[in-house]
Amino acid sequence: MHPQEEIKVLEKSIEEITTIAKKFNLDFYNMYFEICPADIIYSFGSYGMPTRFSHWTFGKAYHKMKTQYDYNLSRIYEMVINTDPCYAFLLEGNSLVQNKMVIAHVLAHCDFFKNNYYFSRTSRKMVESMSVAADRIRSYEFKYGRDKVESFLDAVISLQQNVDPERHINPGGGKHSGRRTSEQSCQGHSCTGGKCCQDGCRQDGRGQNDSGRTTPYDDLWDLDKRECKGKYEETGEEAIKIPEHPEKDLLFFMMNYGRDLQEWQRDIISIVREEMLYFWPQMQTKIMNEGWATYWHMRIMREMDLNEDEALEFAKTHAGVIQPSKYHINPYFLGLKIFEDIEKRWDNPTAEEKERYDRPGGEGKQKIFEVRETENDISFIRNYLTRDIVEEYDLYLYKKVGYDWKVTDKEWESVRDGLVANLYNCGFPYIVVEDGDFGKRGEIYLKHVHEGTDLDIYYLERTLPHVYKVWGRAVHLETVVDGKRVVFTYNGEKTSKKFI
Amino acid sequence: MSGEYTVSREDWSLHRKGEIDRERHREKVREAIKKNLADVVSEESIILSDGRKVVKVPIRSLDEYHFRFDTGKQKHGGQGQGNTKKGDVLGSDQKHFAGPGKGKGAGEEPGVDYYEAEITIDELAQLIFEDLGLPNLQQKKKPELASEAFEFKDIRKKGISSNIDRKRTILEALKRNARQGKPGFGKITKEDLRYKTWDITHKYESNAVVLAMMDTSGSMGPYEKYIARSFFFWMVRFLRTKYQNVQIVFLAHHVEAKETTEEEFFTKGASGGTRCSSVYKLALEIINSRYNPQDYNIYAFHFSDGDNLTSDNEKCVKYVKELVEMCNLVGYGEIEGPYYHTSTLRTAFKKIVDPKFTSIGIKGKGDVYPALKTFFNPHPENKVQ
Repeated sequence: MHPQEEIKVLEKSIEEITTIAKKFNLDFYNMYFEICPADIIYSFGSYGMPTRFSHWTFGKAYHKMKTQYDYNLSRIYEMVINTDPCYAFLLEGNSLVQNKMVIAHVLAHCDFFKNNYYFSRTSRKMVESMSVAADRIRSYEFKYGRDKVESFLDAVISLQQNVDPERHINPGGGKHSGRRTSEQSCQGHSCTGGKCCQDGCRQDGRGQNDSGRTTPYDDLWDLDKRECKGKYEETGEEAIKIPEHPEKDLLFFMMNYGRDLQEWQRDIISIVREEMLYFWPQMQTKIMNEGWATYWHMRIMREMDLNEDEALEFAKTHAGVIQPSKYHINPYFLGLKIFEDIEKRWDNPTAEEKERYDRPGGEGKQKIFEVRETENDISFIRNYLTRDIVEEYDLYLYKKVGYDWKVTDKEWESVRDGLVANLYNCGFPYIVVEDGDFGKRGEIYLKHVHEGTDLDIYYLERTLPHVYKVWGRAVHLETVVDGKRVVFTYNGEKTSKKFI
Repeated sequence: MSGEYTVSREDWSLHRKGEIDRERHREKVREAIKKNLADVVSEESIILSDGRKVVKVPIRSLDEYHFRFDTGKQKHGGQGQGNTKKGDVLGSDQKHFAGPGKGKGAGEEPGVDYYEAEITIDELAQLIFEDLGLPNLQQKKKPELASEAFEFKDIRKKGISSNIDRKRTILEALKRNARQGKPGFGKITKEDLRYKTWDITHKYESNAVVLAMMDTSGSMGPYEKYIARSFFFWMVRFLRTKYQNVQIVFLAHHVEAKETTEEEFFTKGASGGTRCSSVYKLALEIINSRYNPQDYNIYAFHFSDGDNLTSDNEKCVKYVKELVEMCNLVGYGEIEGPYYHTSTLRTAFKKIVDPKFTSIGIKGKGDVYPALKTFFNPHPENKVQ
């Protein structure tokens, strides 16, 4: 088909699908659909965003994805970006049926982005922000040399999961109210400036005025405030422990309190941190979001006029999407099944549910829309994964025993709780800064909040040098290995460990 | 009003970021391979690659480290086809050895993420050979194996169009225009055209012959043979890549020595006792009859587990001394097995003190690359003692 013609056909389908989706009360932003060749989709997929900065780790991800595509091992049909308007990229070479399914799927994703609570704070202008950030990083490469910038980025990226997406709810992790105002406002205008911003907010009392994002360039205005003196050097009133309360946001802490950082380095930390915070809700709602999109592409496709071949092709593609795996939980599958189950149970409550929960029945649709608005994966699984689903679809937990991977749990409640446990903190270990001036030597003392699973020691020993690179002084990390408390220390040359 | 849409198809041909970062990643992979050459050189998948063009090299230094859980101690979720029971085994890592610094098992199980880089054997060879060269190479009297070489030396007005010398042609056009009082660049006319043309010259190369000697006696187990063959595998490749006219003679021995074809040398095993002097004697005979040291740079390398007949050691020392006289370099590599080991031959060789004789011990796979570097050190005078 001629490209122009293809676009015409596609437009007609989008028109039709959009109408159906609206009829179903899906509520999405304006959509930009863009047809892209495979390598472009894969590059977006590996960067998470078309405009993101350059780094070899993205090149590695891109290489892997593209190789899998080239060998026909996997295929992304689409890529959708949480922005307003919403960008959706369709893979060139998708068949018309595949594209129809993808369009329906994408509209539901967009509805989810727009309405789920956990996205309510994310910037919808991230395409531009990331592009501006990428330019800044490029300018640092010119100024300070590629290798220097790259190796600093290596270090920051290795710590990118150590942020705290809930900082705005409970800043500093604590009750200390004096601090809250200033930090809230810092958060409000997306603290890129770091220390300056903190001190600026606190010292001149502008904190309140600054709150609320007015322009996308606020982070640049913040540069003016960098002149202010550091609080702790200045007041000398009382020795305040830094941080006052254990700080989960390592990047935030290091950006603010790192003594030896140059401004470009603080900026890089803030860029990586902001981008991580942007992606965090997506990681937090992966099962729901994919389940929701899968649920709706099914519903919408059912409303469409498909001939026999098309119906078969759709069924095949859909089956591929929800295929189970013995080593993983397929989020498309699990999310879909839970949404379907909720709908069924709220449409046809049992006698007991009717009475006990005052559930009249026929509320299925309403309920799933409510769930998509208020939950994240943890609460979704915790509240709505039922015994029926676990048993009917043969979900289990497994573990390594000797050389074997063995099934350990089949009871539905342990399976549910196990899945929830793995979702906690998006599956990353919970690590906090205990002391930013350990031993009064300016060293940083981290603590792994051990919740039953040990850390990967091989990785741990190789990540500490990255912390050192950012912090500039010795790094300690306390954790538990095989039931014993251990502190690992990296002093710039080697790692040592000590039982305590 | 929400829910409006547009569809477009843009020209993405200039969007190169993914490719550029991929290239940067590739560069880093090459750096990492270079750092790990000692491990990579004796990687079985390469030695046994059977001439396959692309090999996979396990690399660990390109991992993206971050704080993470020990996947081996963690419970994971999965989904069966129905009827999965507690205690069922989903898969096994038996073949792989987990441990710090070692690759964990590959597969789709959790926590498996060591990086395998794909690299062509030629690329790998290039990395390995970068610092290698034949030591003490001398210009010999009879460069009979000189090869023909083409050199573009002359410029003519006639020629074939693929040999147009663009720069000179443009210069001619400019000159012609200038002569006619028209500054700048106009049309190129036929008379402006200039062609490069070549002369045939002779490129003289030093002649070299390498005697590859390997112990194939019964005491050489699969491991010892593997080490020796790894060395010779790269040696042969190296010589053929870097030097045009080098000849390689393959000699295998147990109690007796014989000249073999390359294929036999790399594939055939043997058994029986060991008499190393036999191979040295054969080497001397071959040199005397075919490779006059006046005309050839001669190199002799011998790999053995050192488990020689004690009565034979004296003879070996005598022959090796003779070899050293005639050769640019004589190298002896002794593979120390993982078990009980008596190093009789290498001890005997301690008597030979000559800069042209090098003897090394090989304890494991990781020592193959250092052995290559020691034997093929183009500047032996810089050798770290």
